[in-house]
Amino acid sequence: MSATGIGASVKRKEDFRFITGRGNYTDDVNRYGQTHAYFLRSPHAHATIDGIDYAEALKMPGVVAIFTGKDLADDKIGGLICGWSITSKDGSPMKAGAHPALAQGKVRYVGDHVAVIIADTYAQARTAAEHVNVKYGVLPANADTASAMKSAPLHDVASDNRVYDWHLGDKGATEAAFAKAKHITKLDIVNNRLVPNPMEPRAAVGEYEQGTETFCLHTTSQNPHVARLVLSAFIGIAPEHKLRVIAPDVGGGFGSKIFIYAEETVCVWASKKVGRPVKWTSDRTEAFLSDAHGRDHVTHAELAMDANNKIIGLRVHTTANLGAYLSTFSSAVPTYLYAPLLSGQYNIPAIYAEVDGVYTNTAPVDAYRGAGRPEATFVIERLVEVAARELGVDPAVFRQGNYVTQFPHQTPVIFCYDGGDYNASMLKALEMADYKGISARKAASAAKGKLRGIGFSSYIEACGIAPSAAVGSLGAGVGLWESAEVRVNPVGTVEVLTGSHSHGQGHETTFAQLVSGRLGIPIENVSIVHGDTDKVQMGMGTYGSRSGAVGMSAISKALDKIEAKAKKVAGYVLEAAEGDIEFKDGKFTVKGTDKSVDFGSVALQAYVAHKFSGQDLEPGLKEGAFYDPTNFTFPAGVHICEVEIDPDTGVTKIERWTAVDDFGVIINPMIVEGQVHGGIAQGIGQALLEGAIYDKDGQLLTASFMDYAMPRADDLPSYNVGMTETRCPSNPLGIKGCGEAGCIAAPPAVINAITDALGHENIAMPATPQAVWRAAQQTMKKLAAE
Amino acid sequence: MATVHMTVNGKAVTGHIEPNTLLVAFLRENLRLTGTHVGCDTSQCGACVVHVNGQAIKSCTTLAIACDGAHVTTIEGLANGTELHPMQMAFREHHGLQCGYCTPGMIMSAVDMVNRKGHELSEHTIREELEGNICRCTGYHNIVKAVAAGAKAMQGMAKAAE
Repeated sequence: MSATGIGASVKRKEDFRFITGRGNYTDDVNRYGQTHAYFLRSPHAHATIDGIDYAEALKMPGVVAIFTGKDLADDKIGGLICGWSITSKDGSPMKAGAHPALAQGKVRYVGDHVAVIIADTYAQARTAAEHVNVKYGVLPANADTASAMKSAPLHDVASDNRVYDWHLGDKGATEAAFAKAKHITKLDIVNNRLVPNPMEPRAAVGEYEQGTETFCLHTTSQNPHVARLVLSAFIGIAPEHKLRVIAPDVGGGFGSKIFIYAEETVCVWASKKVGRPVKWTSDRTEAFLSDAHGRDHVTHAELAMDANNKIIGLRVHTTANLGAYLSTFSSAVPTYLYAPLLSGQYNIPAIYAEVDGVYTNTAPVDAYRGAGRPEATFVIERLVEVAARELGVDPAVFRQGNYVTQFPHQTPVIFCYDGGDYNASMLKALEMADYKGISARKAASAAKGKLRGIGFSSYIEACGIAPSAAVGSLGAGVGLWESAEVRVNPVGTVEVLTGSHSHGQGHETTFAQLVSGRLGIPIENVSIVHGDTDKVQMGMGTYGSRSGAVGMSAISKALDKIEAKAKKVAGYVLEAAEGDIEFKDGKFTVKGTDKSVDFGSVALQAYVAHKFSGQDLEPGLKEGAFYDPTNFTFPAGVHICEVEIDPDTGVTKIERWTAVDDFGVIINPMIVEGQVHGGIAQGIGQALLEGAIYDKDGQLLTASFMDYAMPRADDLPSYNVGMTETRCPSNPLGIKGCGEAGCIAAPPAVINAITDALGHENIAMPATPQAVWRAAQQTMKKLAAE
Repeated sequence: MATVHMTVNGKAVTGHIEPNTLLVAFLRENLRLTGTHVGCDTSQCGACVVHVNGQAIKSCTTLAIACDGAHVTTIEGLANGTELHPMQMAFREHHGLQCGYCTPGMIMSAVDMVNRKGHELSEHTIREELEGNICRCTGYHNIVKAVAAGAKAMQGMAKAAE
């Protein structure tokens, strides 16, 4: 292993600019003559717009223009789209209501976009907004998931608010399995609604250059090329060659910056209307109101076991809240990113899942770190834990007895698991967590009047979100490959252009490690270029833990081509047959001789072209590749959470966290562990702290960091992180992906630990001190009676 | 309009600003020191932490004119020329940052923590003291390690200066 190649914990190249305050985030971008946009948002969850009078506002100081949905319609600007088509049981397509960037005739959630006020300064725009008079006709509203189908309809196309009535699996086989079951475990589960909250709020700067008739949009995006594609082909801002999208440094995304939102659409469109750049930066409350939220499922699930404690069937019914409009990938999250994961790490012969996607008067719900997979993992990992308790079997042993052990393994719900060793992770986790000592630790806690519990999560996820043919067959409107271009400069330094986007993942380091290792050049000589559609031709961006498995595989493929061409050049330089050239550690050698030339010299010769002029070899050293994998990847592992509850205060303290993950081949262990830490923190946040709450009128009660409990340093433990490794057979680098694992694994581990401590299952997420205190009273009463 | 004078990162600056201009806006927009970030509107997240007269404050809830005559240090002024501050080094060394957005405020808070609490900081102290800084990426594990290491390294810096 080289010091900077695959497997080395190389310190991050991007850190210098961030630790010195010299990052370049979208809100740091200012253009000459720019104006500022303020979005007037609906204060009502559901209302008709019976008139907008902005004559007075238009006369306010500094106001440049005010636009409403009518102006967008007049310019034939299309609505925001949902790019994944889901089909209901009866074969009918999902019912997608129109989603204009500025409301047309009706608002459907608090925060919905009514008008944009553009002024010289942000303060002027915001002040003028107070003088826009909107006449609303308030309608009955509903924010509740379970009762959505009985509530006032949001969209004419869906009179019962049902977007789709979808299913997966074999109903007959599942019913038959349940009919012969020895034991059935049943659970009702609410997967709480979350707000992603990357620390950098969304922002956009749109500008239009009259001379070239070209738009440029700086935006906080995880996938600038997808943004350009949607803004061009569907929304109709401009054709792709006339629209440049730049996502510079982006301060976290977690899914919420995948989507194409109203604000960036309006800023780039309006920049031509007003003839000046238009800038918008979200404040935190706007982020709470209008960033796509995550989760929000109501589920009933049942697990069937035979007499040998083998799982023989699983049936699940979920109602998934999709919010007021279908966001970019929302429809896929509670369907194809959810139900195919319900099999978990287990050999379950029959599974049947039904999902109702529903409209409510809430912000759109879409992918949030894990996206469907945390919801599925919560269902199956709660079920197996409770089943083990009901059957009186150790929860680790129950899991081990049901693990998939032969690969490839075809589940009854689409996926074919390509490889793994689930028991290896379990055994390592049991050891690291000192599972043997849990009884003694429980007794010690009890002696102090505390309740101690331990909980498992044996998760699996599907990452890469590819191959294209597979996602296409499931309804995706795009292909999910990745692109790369490797440009070797005449001096032997390298630029890699990638369609992946880094917003905290450290691609500038890990991608450079791959190149440094392969070409035998110093890592300082490699630059990673991303996030600009004028530099990188095309790409699908970063989400679904896909940048290693898919993005780096594309780079690897391009490097194969670079090596092949460089060997040809080296052949001319060394006056040897191409087939006799070997490349190792940055040096081309003629087999069996000491004749050699280094990579930098070959690069120079490739460009001066003196040695092969007139031969069948083009000058230059630049190669591109598109990579489409052969399968999803399947990271898996075991997380064990140990908690101590104070029944007097309801405070849950996480005493130990053990994580053992199998991510396949790891490029940079330091960065991978960091991803695991961050994921666990978000998962613990969901389990203990976070919850987006709308009141019965659809007002968001948790719209600031004062009301929505973000995990802070003193809420969280340190984590004990270990790895196992089985190489992923489905991509050339053997990478499975690590970005979402912690967030997927953590919530059931926490709740399984709390319910173990409590001795009953009556607790929902978030298990706040108040909720835990109430639940603990039941426990203490029972203990007192014993 | 009001006139404000202050010393920012060792340099005397003067601004003609609206009296309601926040310090963070003055730093970012007037002085183009965009390393100080805004992550919330309620003084919760700490992305905007700078030092005013040697103490950490949240610049998103401080009026610029209230800092008239003050010495302000932002993340851009923490390094000694090209030589990074030990806390900056520690954040890189211990992978205490991912997206980088909360990082300037974290580092400024961490330096202030060391100034107030000394160089031997327990995990418990660090976690409690970081209550006013939110990070969504790291899960804090490596930030805690970075602050502890940075605190120790600052002792070395203080000794070297003596």
